Amino acid sequence: MTDAPVHPPIIVGAGPAGVRAAETLVAAGLRPLVIDEAARWGGQIYRQPPEGFQRPKRALYGFEAGKADALHRAMADILPAVDYRPRSLVWNVENSALDVARDGRSETVPFSHLILAPGATDRVLPFPGWTTPGVFTLGGSQVALKFQGCAVGSRVLFLGTGPLLYLVAYQYAKAGATVAGVLDTSGFADQARAVPGMLRDPATFAKGVYYVGWLRAHGVPVHSGVRPVRIEGADRVEALVWRRNGREQRTACDAVAFGLGLRPETQLADLAGCRFRFDAMDRAWVPERSAAGRTSVAGVYVAGDSAGIAGADAAEMAGERAALALLEDLGRPVDSTRAALLEQNLAASARFRRALTDAFPFPTDWAAAVPDDTPVCRCEEVSAGTLRKAARDGEAAEINRLKALTRVGMGRCQGRMCGAAAAEILSQALGTGPDAVGRLRGQPPVKPLPFSAGILDKEAAP
Amino acid sequence: MTERLETDVAIVGGGIVGGSAALFLTRMGFKVALLERDWCGAKASGVNYGGVRRQGRPPEQLPLSQRSHAIWGRLPELVGIDGEYVRSGHLKLARSEADLASLVAYNKKVEPFGLGLEIIAGEAFRARYPALGDRAVGGSLCPEDGHANPRLVSPAFARAAAKAGAVVREQTPVDHVERTGTGFLLRSGDSLEIRARILLNCSGAWSGRLAESFGEPVPLSSAHPCMAVTEPLPRFLDVNIGVEGGGVYGRQVERGNVVVGGGRGFALDADRARPARNAVLTLMGEAVDLFPQLRHAHVIRTWTGVEGYTPDRNPIIGASATTPGLFHAFGFSGAGFQIGPAVGEALAELVRDGHSSAPLDAFSITRFAKADPALSVAAPAGH
Amino acid sequence: MPLLQRVAETSRRAVPFVLDGRPCEALEGDTILTALLTNGEQLRRSEFSGQPRAGFCLMGACQDCWVRLEDGRRLRACSNFIEPGMHVVTGAQPGAQP
Repeated sequence: MTDAPVHPPIIVGAGPAGVRAAETLVAAGLRPLVIDEAARWGGQIYRQPPEGFQRPKRALYGFEAGKADALHRAMADILPAVDYRPRSLVWNVENSALDVARDGRSETVPFSHLILAPGATDRVLPFPGWTTPGVFTLGGSQVALKFQGCAVGSRVLFLGTGPLLYLVAYQYAKAGATVAGVLDTSGFADQARAVPGMLRDPATFAKGVYYVGWLRAHGVPVHSGVRPVRIEGADRVEALVWRRNGREQRTACDAVAFGLGLRPETQLADLAGCRFRFDAMDRAWVPERSAAGRTSVAGVYVAGDSAGIAGADAAEMAGERAALALLEDLGRPVDSTRAALLEQNLAASARFRRALTDAFPFPTDWAAAVPDDTPVCRCEEVSAGTLRKAARDGEAAEINRLKALTRVGMGRCQGRMCGAAAAEILSQALGTGPDAVGRLRGQPPVKPLPFSAGILDKEAAP
Repeated sequence: MTERLETDVAIVGGGIVGGSAALFLTRMGFKVALLERDWCGAKASGVNYGGVRRQGRPPEQLPLSQRSHAIWGRLPELVGIDGEYVRSGHLKLARSEADLASLVAYNKKVEPFGLGLEIIAGEAFRARYPALGDRAVGGSLCPEDGHANPRLVSPAFARAAAKAGAVVREQTPVDHVERTGTGFLLRSGDSLEIRARILLNCSGAWSGRLAESFGEPVPLSSAHPCMAVTEPLPRFLDVNIGVEGGGVYGRQVERGNVVVGGGRGFALDADRARPARNAVLTLMGEAVDLFPQLRHAHVIRTWTGVEGYTPDRNPIIGASATTPGLFHAFGFSGAGFQIGPAVGEALAELVRDGHSSAPLDAFSITRFAKADPALSVAAPAGH
Repeated sequence: MPLLQRVAETSRRAVPFVLDGRPCEALEGDTILTALLTNGEQLRRSEFSGQPRAGFCLMGACQDCWVRLEDGRRLRACSNFIEPGMHVVTGAQPGAQP
């Protein structure tokens, strides 16, 4: 069968995975629909500043400027052959169709083949004062710089773990912002132990070493094995009090950039009916997928960080591979050598990712240390103590039950910011692992939907 | 290893009906085991709109509904939480003179039950409900009706029963029930075996199977009322709103979120359902039409549940016609939340006294067999 | 002192807007979040605790940066651009809205 499918294939997300998937489908003569929430393509990592901004890509993306440029050009080249829908939110998946909101209107778009590549956001855990103005996610701090030419403060302290921690601190310092310090929650021993594995990707490893070296050489205090104690300041950040080896220290700053690695965006795969599994490395539930990116639902594919955190290079490969799988499933001829090579490279990148996890482990002791009065859910302001009480009283042994009883994860963000923390706190209170408490069910709309969507729908009806 | 329990009463289904039956029976001194396949109060009892409303019910439900009203009044004493229950009033809007006339007719019909209904129309209506503007010609207010948070209230009944001494088992599907010489034998896989003198069938949309296995098929269908909630908004609505003739309904909770309902969802499988896109969009359109205050607001979540409906929209409450010791209470057709606690109390009376002080004749399971002789099949021999 | 500090891209055209009744200036291509936080310290107050909030993820995930315009519209500040003449209201509390 080589006829064109009844509906164009749909790609959700125009980051590294989505763009490479689109490129692959266009090369095979298809005209995919690419739906993206951002105004311009590139995803978060290669996010493009608004039209009219001047800085060269070298300044925006550093060592990755070449890759960013290649990805931007790839999409620009195929634009005439793509139905591109920027600033569009996919808010629902139902019965082989997507609901897409754009400018306050909603449109139902049927599909036969769907590649989900909505990416990831920072994984965060609560600590006292983390809702104070001036505390931003690490990724958000990078967006401020790259997308708006702004630093999130005049004296910025970087807190958390993962390769992004040192990269963003370096980018801030290079842009002329004052970096008050880099506080790594992982230990020096973790990183030393992970060196052999990290050497699987010497270039990436070298960049990491370079950033740390550069920061130290420029007098930026860098500490490992850190845990935050509290933010000082009522209406904005004045300092972070932190602990290392049992000793409390205080660093004055007016902003904290904070992140503990990334968490995949999985709501759409959930609504599409994909089967999920708990991934121990991501410490999160992710859609089951084959090496090619096929999910448990025929015609639905996942690629990039939304299918499990693997980084931008892997996302480009996974996007291409998923598109090849889609073509195979349409009965189109596919370069099987290329497909095999991509799978081989993806496997290698997964091994490197394992080493990164060793180097920047998730702080499993954090949840237990969150004081009872600290809000876990930023939207509904549900405190850690409320969650612990529900667990202790035997009222909730499962995360959706905890949500029903306490409102955690019930607010505007649908658990994106508190889901990981709630699972950690619940499982810690129950004495189990985070895999044992289940996963938050997705509910449409996956992000807030304006009532105008309903009004216009009605007016459009005969 | 199979755990074996002997009890007076086994209750299948831990929703608001099963949970309150467990609570009242335990308080009467019975040994009770409450078995819930999911979590108690997690199905229709816990995910309904949250209206605590007598107004609009058919007269035959009002004696029970009035008793429930009294029970709701002592909710904290019974279940230990307030469940965000407020007697905000329930205002049923008339959007035409004909609808107003039908509200007036209802008012007359239910007058003997003492709901305290008040018809408000014209200038008086606009003066009293400026937020509703001119989108209704009037309405009928039941001042002591209100709303509550079903996610909190429904599980609380089962929890209170457990605290009072009932055995409450969640994540415990009952996959085998049989009548024995002295009562009933229930099994949940290989893990639990219960012998009970009395069996209460309170498993909502899933009750039909159990009834049928005792030779009492019921024309029960599942439906999925669709609901949506906004982000917290400035307060503009202090009364629970319904519309005569159906359509959208809405309430605003203390925290500011507006909950609206209307339309139907669809089944994902036998256990789960999801709001249908067209229902959500239509609901949003109708809600903003009724409440212009929502025009700049957002829906942050939609949901539905699996609810059992009967053809006449009245529940089935009372003794089995085929099997001594078996009692049913299900098929509340989307209106079980308010009445649920009184139904639990009535079941407890049936168990203790053989009759309830509230009239239940209208809810007999035999009424369907009379209407459709095809349903009046002989009891299968298996049980 | 404003929360966000401009470190680059400062030669864009100015965009006048109004923040809580006060005339302010942003730059063309600023998100509403950037426009507000280069002119102030917060975007809104929590509906429940009344504590100030200033956004968090800046990529449309956390939903912490919803602001209200004087005409009643509600916008996610990190993913909508400032427009000339916009009237933005922060410090909105339940009950404060008409």
